[in-house]
Amino acid sequence: MSVLVVVECDNGEVKKSSLEVASYGSQVAQMLGTTATAVAVGEATEANLATLGEQGISKVLHDNDSRLKDFVNGAYTKLIAAAAQQESAQIIVLANSNIGAAVGSRLSVRLQASLATNVVELPKMDGGQFVVKRGAFSGKAFSDVILSGERKIIAVKKNSMEPLHNAGQTATVEQFSAQLTDADFADAPKQVIMQEQAGGILLPEADKVVSGGRGMKGPENWNLIEDLAKALGAATACSKPVSDVDWRPHHEHVGQTGITVSPNLYIACGISGAIQHLAGVNSSKVIVVINKDPEAPFFKAADYGIVGDVFDVLPKLTQAVKELN
Amino acid sequence: MKFLVCISNVPDTTTKITFTPDNKELNKAGVQFVINPWDEYALTRAIELKEKLGGNVTVLNVGEADTEPNIRKALAIGADDAIRVNAKPTDAFFVAQQIAAAAKEGGYDIILMGKESIDYNGFQVHGMVGELLGIPTVAPAIKLDVEGNTATLEREIEGGKEIVEVATPFVVSCQEPMCEPRIPNMRGIMTARTKPLKVVEPTGEAARTQVTAFALPPKKQGVKLIPAESAGDLIKLLRNEAKVI
Repeated sequence: MSVLVVVECDNGEVKKSSLEVASYGSQVAQMLGTTATAVAVGEATEANLATLGEQGISKVLHDNDSRLKDFVNGAYTKLIAAAAQQESAQIIVLANSNIGAAVGSRLSVRLQASLATNVVELPKMDGGQFVVKRGAFSGKAFSDVILSGERKIIAVKKNSMEPLHNAGQTATVEQFSAQLTDADFADAPKQVIMQEQAGGILLPEADKVVSGGRGMKGPENWNLIEDLAKALGAATACSKPVSDVDWRPHHEHVGQTGITVSPNLYIACGISGAIQHLAGVNSSKVIVVINKDPEAPFFKAADYGIVGDVFDVLPKLTQAVKELN
Repeated sequence: MKFLVCISNVPDTTTKITFTPDNKELNKAGVQFVINPWDEYALTRAIELKEKLGGNVTVLNVGEADTEPNIRKALAIGADDAIRVNAKPTDAFFVAQQIAAAAKEGGYDIILMGKESIDYNGFQVHGMVGELLGIPTVAPAIKLDVEGNTATLEREIEGGKEIVEVATPFVVSCQEPMCEPRIPNMRGIMTARTKPLKVVEPTGEAARTQVTAFALPPKKQGVKLIPAESAGDLIKLLRNEAKVI
């Protein structure tokens, strides 16, 4: 019996969300009195995989088949299933990402496992039952869920775990082959197109977000949002009305039918705070609202607020961050 | 081309969520139920493709009789017929088995659904159905075009997108901006009344997960306001008090 952790890598680096997943998995292993093994997907380097020891991982399985660089659902699922069999994994932990959800759902059927996505806390043992807490109703609530059966798969929501840093611990990296064939790559992408990210920070992975709404009055004013985001090292985002009128691309839309984010800091500029938008951001640790309307509903959900004109306030904030640094 | 569109019945996006006193179920009093917003992208895109390529759009819902108004709404938007699997949608695996069973029987070319439902937020059913049927799944897709028996899709990944080609049959989970979701017109509403709606009993294994309790997020302490003139003070507070920068 063991815990298997799926770590996603990109350009040789382990993704931040996967450091969280590794930390989650090693803590579950400790609860169960076993060890945590990781299996790497994406473009990984052995040196970086070895540092997963800091997150409590003892061993990392690495298949260096170059076709695994980009996400391929069939191949990733087979690779992880093979690793789970080899390690007799009873618990599989992965990120609640587009990759994690696509692979986790297929794995749950193949391995006859119970599955919980969007999990926000370590599991509890409650009267012999294995219980996880997960986000539900698009950020408006949480639910406690019993996972039944011998095998369980847990997809951990981003930014809900503080990654462990046991300095100096290293994991052993083992070559692993799932004997993948061409048929496993039948659904390989023809082309991968990456977006240009302001400051290179990905919104789903960001721990700070600066977001703009209709109060920004037009796409030509977004430099104010971008300047503050750049100074803070934050990602940029927007409300649904803004992406609906194409001021900003859809992948920046945060809210109930867009991306749900849970950064440490969310700064909302000229966003009134409709209930659908709040659902997408209310698990952020600190929320700052800047709006000229003191009655904007967002202030009720905020930790800090400034009643004022975004065109006046944003440059002052950017200046203050620059002075601080 | 035969399309199967899976819809779920969820509280309207403006709903203030509350629970029954034992916290075991959603308090449905005064809550309006709608077609899951993400499923609307799947439904509209299937109808658009049918109009272009010919064929048939079937909608499927796993739910008790109270979901029928929204099934009729999907028929009014343009689906041709409907199946209701008469059961509470207890978990993703249970629902996926119902969809897979219907898909096997109906021989559909493309099985569409929303990325996830806005109540359970599982983001699981698409992959489970694909695995149960042994066919590919593309999730979440932001674009879907079909030519012959090959589809070209754009799949969203963190920080970008992939162009994917798959042959039918396959499963796709849809999200914005795939299309502009349609609303029913008067003619659609009239014809929907007589379109076939078949009710079938559930099949397969029981759910593998069980919700024991719901909880609301903790309330905020209240907002600390900083005067606009001294906006820069906010940054000091974020560093020294909130310790987030």
